[in-house]
Amino acid sequence: MDVFFAILRAVVIFAAVLQVVPALVYFERRLAAWIQDRIGPNQVGPVGLLQPLADVIKLAFKEDLTPEGVDKWIYRLGPALVYAPAILAFTVIPVGMDLQVASFDVGVIFLLTIGSFSVYGLAFGGWASNNKYSLLGGLRASAQMISYEVALGLSVIAILMTAETVDLNSIIRQQWAAGTLGLLQWNIFQQPLAAGIFLVAAFAETNRLPFDLAECEAELVGGFHTEYTGLKFAMFFMGEYVAMITMSALMVTMFLGGWSLPWVEIPTTPGVGDIALSIGIFMSKLIVLLFFYIWVRWTLPRFRYDQLMGIGWKVFIPLSLLNLGLTALSGVLGWNWLIPLPW
Amino acid sequence: MANHEETPEEKPETATTEPREKATFGMPLIKGLANTLSHILRNEPNTIHYPAEKRTPFPGYRGEHRLKRDELGREKCVACFLCSTACPAHCIEIVAEEAPWGDREKRPRLFNIDMMRCIYCGMCEEACPCDAIELTPVYNIPSRSRGEKIYNKEKLLSL
Repeated sequence: MDVFFAILRAVVIFAAVLQVVPALVYFERRLAAWIQDRIGPNQVGPVGLLQPLADVIKLAFKEDLTPEGVDKWIYRLGPALVYAPAILAFTVIPVGMDLQVASFDVGVIFLLTIGSFSVYGLAFGGWASNNKYSLLGGLRASAQMISYEVALGLSVIAILMTAETVDLNSIIRQQWAAGTLGLLQWNIFQQPLAAGIFLVAAFAETNRLPFDLAECEAELVGGFHTEYTGLKFAMFFMGEYVAMITMSALMVTMFLGGWSLPWVEIPTTPGVGDIALSIGIFMSKLIVLLFFYIWVRWTLPRFRYDQLMGIGWKVFIPLSLLNLGLTALSGVLGWNWLIPLPW
Repeated sequence: MANHEETPEEKPETATTEPREKATFGMPLIKGLANTLSHILRNEPNTIHYPAEKRTPFPGYRGEHRLKRDELGREKCVACFLCSTACPAHCIEIVAEEAPWGDREKRPRLFNIDMMRCIYCGMCEEACPCDAIELTPVYNIPSRSRGEKIYNKEKLLSL
């Protein structure tokens, strides 16, 4: 019975994440259009809601091209290696009260480990395509992801040090507090520097504008996925969006209190209603963050490559190390880090 | 040499308003985000829903040609060839015949305009001494074959 429930949980949660992707693509296209004073897709179905479905059908029926001179196996492996880690990393995210696909002892470390596998997919795709633009895109993607992973990891470590656990549900419970100022218990207020670094590094990790140097439509055609068509391209595309959802979900969990709301008591024996409410809270926070992702994408221009690397190595890594040091110091001295709480 | 050292402030003005070292991300970033957010909230698209909603052409818009008739219902054209001479795309083909009326010598037997070659410059209209050809504001001019886009005299007169 436990096995059955575990499989059911996995299927339902993974399927739900995959269903969010088309909605997100639609949402992104409409928002982009509104920002640019356009209308966006509004022809297929009511207010264009079926547009993602039409896109998927189009992609499915496209010819699956394999260009000449490619390394066939690596070429085929590329999209899978972007897509699979992105969705696998979602395993440990609690989408509702103690509700996740699987809870490991390693928690967030598993997420970071698996999530960083997608760099292989980008590098493979770029290398195997036998195309100079793809190669440049793949190179940039790997360099960028490896650089920003350091800052991302260090900012997460600062949280883990104060939380003294890697279990995401415990981290969420620690961010909950009663009282009117309960909001301040969230890690985004406890560790604002770590939150800022995490946010920017998450943009870089998911290859989103302003850090989409790996794709760079203007200079690299499409970067690592230039030579991919049909469903292989769709897998790259889905992988990018799932990675974005996973990163946002991790941000919600680590910094924004996850499925908990301040002022709302966490029950020890949750009923179905409590779990549904917690899922709703999680989803609302996730949607706000995804909106922020899209909003930033259609506002900021792309960074130059040397600027990207300069910011990564000269600003974010020292800053996150400093933050780590301060956190350690405050832990040793027994300070209530940054905002002294009255309780 | 001394003159050079005395006038260092006469550097050419550059386009950048801030010196490079002082340029920062912070405020421009927030301003940009506020700007795009205001566009989302305003939601005033400039789009015209084209097939459902048609734009009225601006005055002076140069679309399809037509040939005019005079008050007796005869074509105004006297087959002088000035329009086909003026045409930079060589898309007007005229074959003249003797006019049955006393007030002019010739009239066009054939008057074909190849709309696929036409560049809609309006030179024919400028060149015409009799005000017989003009460009209408009709812009919706697709067709299903190339042959349909060669307009003959009857078609041009009927527009």
